[in-house]
Amino acid sequence: MIKSTKKSVVGSSASSGRIKAIDIVNKGLKRRYRKEKRFRLYGMLSILASVAFLAFLLTSIVFNGYSAFLQTYIKLDVPLEAGMIDKQEPGRSDFQGIIKSAIRSYYPEVTERQDKRELYALFSSGAAFQLRDTVLSNPPEEGTTLSLWVLADDDVDMLMKGHMKRDVPEGSRRLNDKQLRWIERLEADKRVEKRFNTTFFSAGDSREPELAGIWGAVKGSIYTMLVTLALSFPIGICAAVYLEEFAPKNLATDFIEVNINNLAAVPSIVFGLLGLAVFLNFFGMPRSTPLVGGIVLMLMTLPTIIIASRAALKAVPPSIREAALGVGSSKLQVVASHVLPLALPGMLTGTIIGMAQALGETAPLLMIGMVAFIVDIPGGFTDPAAVMPVQIYLWADSPERAFVERTSAAIMVLLAFLISMNAVAVVMRKRFERRW
Amino acid sequence: MQMTAEAKSSNQSASKSGASREIFLPPERDRVKDGGKPHLSAKNFSIFYGDFEAVKKIEADILSKYVTAIIGPSGCGKSTFLRAINRMNDLIPSCYTSGSLMFDGEDVYGKYTDEVQLRRKIGMVFQKPNPFPKSIFDNIAYGPRLQGVKEKKVLDEIVEKSLRKAALWDEVKDRLDKNALGLSGGQQQRLCVARTLAVEPEILLLDEPTSALDPKSTAKIEDLIEELRGSYTIAIVTHNMQQASRVSDYTMFFYEGDLVEYAPTKQLFTNPRDQVTEDYITGRFS
Ligand SMILES: Nc1ncnc2c1ncn2[C@@H]1O[C@H](COP(=O)(O)OP(=O)(O)OP(=O)(O)O)[C@@H](O)[C@H]1O
Ligand SMILES: [Mg+2]
Repeated sequence: MIKSTKKSVVGSSASSGRIKAIDIVNKGLKRRYRKEKRFRLYGMLSILASVAFLAFLLTSIVFNGYSAFLQTYIKLDVPLEAGMIDKQEPGRSDFQGIIKSAIRSYYPEVTERQDKRELYALFSSGAAFQLRDTVLSNPPEEGTTLSLWVLADDDVDMLMKGHMKRDVPEGSRRLNDKQLRWIERLEADKRVEKRFNTTFFSAGDSREPELAGIWGAVKGSIYTMLVTLALSFPIGICAAVYLEEFAPKNLATDFIEVNINNLAAVPSIVFGLLGLAVFLNFFGMPRSTPLVGGIVLMLMTLPTIIIASRAALKAVPPSIREAALGVGSSKLQVVASHVLPLALPGMLTGTIIGMAQALGETAPLLMIGMVAFIVDIPGGFTDPAAVMPVQIYLWADSPERAFVERTSAAIMVLLAFLISMNAVAVVMRKRFERRW
Repeated sequence: MQMTAEAKSSNQSASKSGASREIFLPPERDRVKDGGKPHLSAKNFSIFYGDFEAVKKIEADILSKYVTAIIGPSGCGKSTFLRAINRMNDLIPSCYTSGSLMFDGEDVYGKYTDEVQLRRKIGMVFQKPNPFPKSIFDNIAYGPRLQGVKEKKVLDEIVEKSLRKAALWDEVKDRLDKNALGLSGGQQQRLCVARTLAVEPEILLLDEPTSALDPKSTAKIEDLIEELRGSYTIAIVTHNMQQASRVSDYTMFFYEGDLVEYAPTKQLFTNPRDQVTEDYITGRFS
């Protein structure tokens, strides 16, 4: 490099004077600066483009989904007359009936059977459960009147949030004119309110949008990810360390290496089929559970982790190994106390990429029955569960307008989950880096 | 080409006398006690990188408790030979050896040789400084800790002694807990010397230990070698002829993988037997 520059300067100065040589250099400089500037511009443009797409995606999700974090509640006065609550077993009282009579007493003019049904439809079927919970947790005196904020039906919710227009012809909205008038009366009495939607963060799936929550899917995802992490991290790292540090370089290891690289490119649904055939049918593991889901996703993330870990191990400078060997470490000691700690941040990066992939994966889970409609919140690794992407898929497929915003809200929760997972990894990486 | 031929011929003459190799001891006043036994003994020893023979059929003894300098132009196989002595080349998959290399009567490349024990006895300082990305203290204490030294007091002593020997103590005594990568290149090199001394090896292999140092630190390292002479067997690779003649008792001259000449330093520098050696030490090529 230096030699060649020198030569050109000397050469031109000899032929046509010193000033000329500087001019040539300056001309070259200008071109180099221009080139550099252009290159930087391209880089900035591509970053800008990706940021713009990301921003567009995020805003559309947030715009669609933020209203799901609020839920319409209706204040209902529930008079508790004698005999309404079962004395021996209060939990077995007819709460549905109590709610209905409370609604009737607020709208005494409604007498027609059909009208009554339409009136009840304004309130969520969850209202009876709310009443039951209130009564059980704090048994009230007979004859008192409970003032209860109960869940509104999803159609009322949509109306209050403006997703359903009031000024369109009756036939093209899901609430008829009569129902609208009833609601207007509630509004006039200040009995309608939008509150923070706790149900969404504490319930499992439901056919009724106002009762449906993401928590079941979140827990399902947590259990599944735990299984995946607990299996794929140690197995992946051991495999990478063995292949990189200890395995002889021969045909067999070459063959294994090619296969690992191929596995990384296998469509994920194939892993699902494998899971179905091997874990469910052959080993008879329970269907729809985080245990099997986690194992299947482990198969999928393993190649990613192994490849990233091997790259991290390769990046450890050989001089460190020489230094450690030189003062009398065994090979295992070199790996354990020098190579692994240096490679660990890179390994964690690979793991987090693999886990993020696994978190967003649906296809393989379809095969092992994790798309089922599951209301209960899973309590362990062998309870039937859904995971977040599957929940999003199920909701996106539902016709109710209220599920549209819940779909977007669920995506936000998924993203938040992903970000916190990444944050944990970054913190851990920092900690390991600081130890050095 | 011609030089190679000459080198080969001289090598052949050396190998002929291999069976009963005479040992030139330095003049009486320079002799060290109990020294001069063949500590390392190479017989027909070659080192290959794949098909490439980097070091060719070496016949030589490195004598105990004396300092042996290894000189020669760049790429002639000095580092390769040095690294072969404590089996550092095991890390390079394509590298293998033929012939034999004995250390204290034990075959270095023998089937049952424990290379971990071997490296503990044959310490090495590499051409490029390679401190661990740990604190200065941990760098030095790593070797002793491997050997089971746990007491803080003993470790403190070892660390101070080693750093003093390597002429680094005064510069780092206030920041022993700081990362070693924060040291300058020359300081890092001296740290590596100290790290090697801390495990008290029998043989010290130094691959251009002063190439990154200023004259003052170089002088300190040379003083150190002078001090260690008589208690350690030292082999030092250097490009500095003055250094070789200052610190060493014996000098090996390598040229294109051949050991062209191996003689007491004074003799080699004042009265080289071989034309190539003379050309090299007089600076006619490098
Ligand atoms: N890992 C390797 N693989 C293949 N060839 C190598 C390897 N290391 C060294 N060589 C070759 O072996 C020969 C000797 O190299 P070596 O490093 O021993 O030279 P050297 O005498 O130490 O040179 P320098 O004075 O520049 O350090 C060179 O031709 C080099 O290209
Ligand atoms: Mg070298």
